[in-house]
Amino acid sequence: MRIQPLGDSAIILDFADESSDAIELLKRALSAADALEHANIPGVIEVTSAYQSVALFLDLNRIASMVSGRSIADFLHEKIVSLVRSKGHRSKIRTRSVEVPVCYDIELAPDLARVADQTSLEQSEVIALHSSVIYTTACIGFMPGFPFLTGLPAKLHVPRLATPRTHVPAGSVAIAGAQAGIYPLDSPGGWNLIGRTPVRLFDTDANPPSLLRPGDRVRFRIMTRDEFDKFLP
Amino acid sequence: MIVLSAGFQTTVQDCGRFGFRKFGVAVAGALDPVSLRLMNLVVGNDQAAAGLEIASGRVRLEFDDERLIAWCGGEFEVLAGGTPVPQLHCARISAGAICEIQAKRGRAWLAISGGIDVPEVLGSRSTDLRAHFGGQNGRALRDKDTLSLGAPNALAMSIGLRLTEAVSDWSAPLLFMPRPVLRIVRGGRWDDFEDGVRAKFLARKFRVAMNSDRMGLRLEGDQILSAKAQELPSEAVAPGTIQVPRDGGPIVLLGDCQTIGGYPKIGHVITVDLARAAQLQPLDEVGFELVTLAEAQELLLAQESNIALFRAGLQARFA
Repeated sequence: MRIQPLGDSAIILDFADESSDAIELLKRALSAADALEHANIPGVIEVTSAYQSVALFLDLNRIASMVSGRSIADFLHEKIVSLVRSKGHRSKIRTRSVEVPVCYDIELAPDLARVADQTSLEQSEVIALHSSVIYTTACIGFMPGFPFLTGLPAKLHVPRLATPRTHVPAGSVAIAGAQAGIYPLDSPGGWNLIGRTPVRLFDTDANPPSLLRPGDRVRFRIMTRDEFDKFLP
Repeated sequence: MIVLSAGFQTTVQDCGRFGFRKFGVAVAGALDPVSLRLMNLVVGNDQAAAGLEIASGRVRLEFDDERLIAWCGGEFEVLAGGTPVPQLHCARISAGAICEIQAKRGRAWLAISGGIDVPEVLGSRSTDLRAHFGGQNGRALRDKDTLSLGAPNALAMSIGLRLTEAVSDWSAPLLFMPRPVLRIVRGGRWDDFEDGVRAKFLARKFRVAMNSDRMGLRLEGDQILSAKAQELPSEAVAPGTIQVPRDGGPIVLLGDCQTIGGYPKIGHVITVDLARAAQLQPLDEVGFELVTLAEAQELLLAQESNIALFRAGLQARFA
């Protein structure tokens, strides 16, 4: 684990040197984030995790008031290293499974035909492959509630669009390179759109506001156009 | 309060939205939270109250009842009921009077006693312009918007009672001087950039591009091209992070930035200089100066102690 500053008021714990396996790195990041979040370290405002790293955002003023005669870096180092290194927390990741219904109707999937062409698959095969696997939510980012999903079958790896769309509708189910994702909100975007879900991925009135959290397992369930149109969130 | 003229990109902001970055929610908030905090103190508010961030154009506000106002930031002309209000001072505006704000350069923050009482969304009143929530219905203000204001607290009443003229004869300290140099600390990928590339980054001046916004300052001029520094799996970024995409044009992230990114990070603007970054506008020149992490943290703590000192002074005088 490498501890690096992210500016003067945050630090990043990077686990890249601990494994060459992406899934193992994600597990380490998730368990460290979990341990650090539950430790409620005074002066730590929030904890986030990504593919192989964890970030701690700090209230420097608060921390400085607790540090006497030591540097802030030393103080944090001690607190964090012992927490992350302590045995026992690694098995404690809570894995949730979330099923996301997706309608692959061509009207809701503007790039499905092209993805089929590019991958030399039938459209039905693209759909079957995309909905056949269990994905893992590596992190949430790019926009509120947007899940970066790992586990996309290799046959479906296609590059992102050369020119991003200026408008991607909320709920669009998308793939780009080795990743899968879902656009929670209307936005610009450059991923290939192969379906749409009627489920809300981000809702400021919900607690938490994001349907998915880092570490969540995700499976796509095929829904018909009729089910999609009648879906009541 | 009625917004007679909204100006361009005037938004309701507080000190930002925290605790939801793990769900991809931006911090947003005033691009220079220190200025907003100080102005809140001047009008007797809690530092975290919501005010307005004004970027350009002419803003005209009509008040239903008597309020205190204070502003600071870039080059602006502010009139409260026709009386010029210098920055950092406390001014009274009477019921029915109009506050006129003419932007000339940069950004300014306006605090109003009682604060702007839009609903809190995810713990903050800040406007998230990209995700369209918070502030005034998730958008910049428009002409004829009506904003509710909170009830002024006891300190605001006390400051108001002892304000004998339209404008106070005291003011908040000026905590930063606009300079076209941003101090930075090393980024996580600093060592991945070649010596010559790092030297060039620190020696050259960049120009702020037209497509810069509250998400980030896009810089053009010299390209910072590195054969060694590669894109990596995305990790956390924050306001102040300087990313270098493959085209070599550095991007200084600001308050509305995304929460994660994969571009190599050459450095981070230190927190106290985010106030300078917030004043930069398209076509401005900017350079970078490297400081140590310890210096950056000392500067931040010194600034916090200056704010605490000013707050204590106000309490002693008016509470």
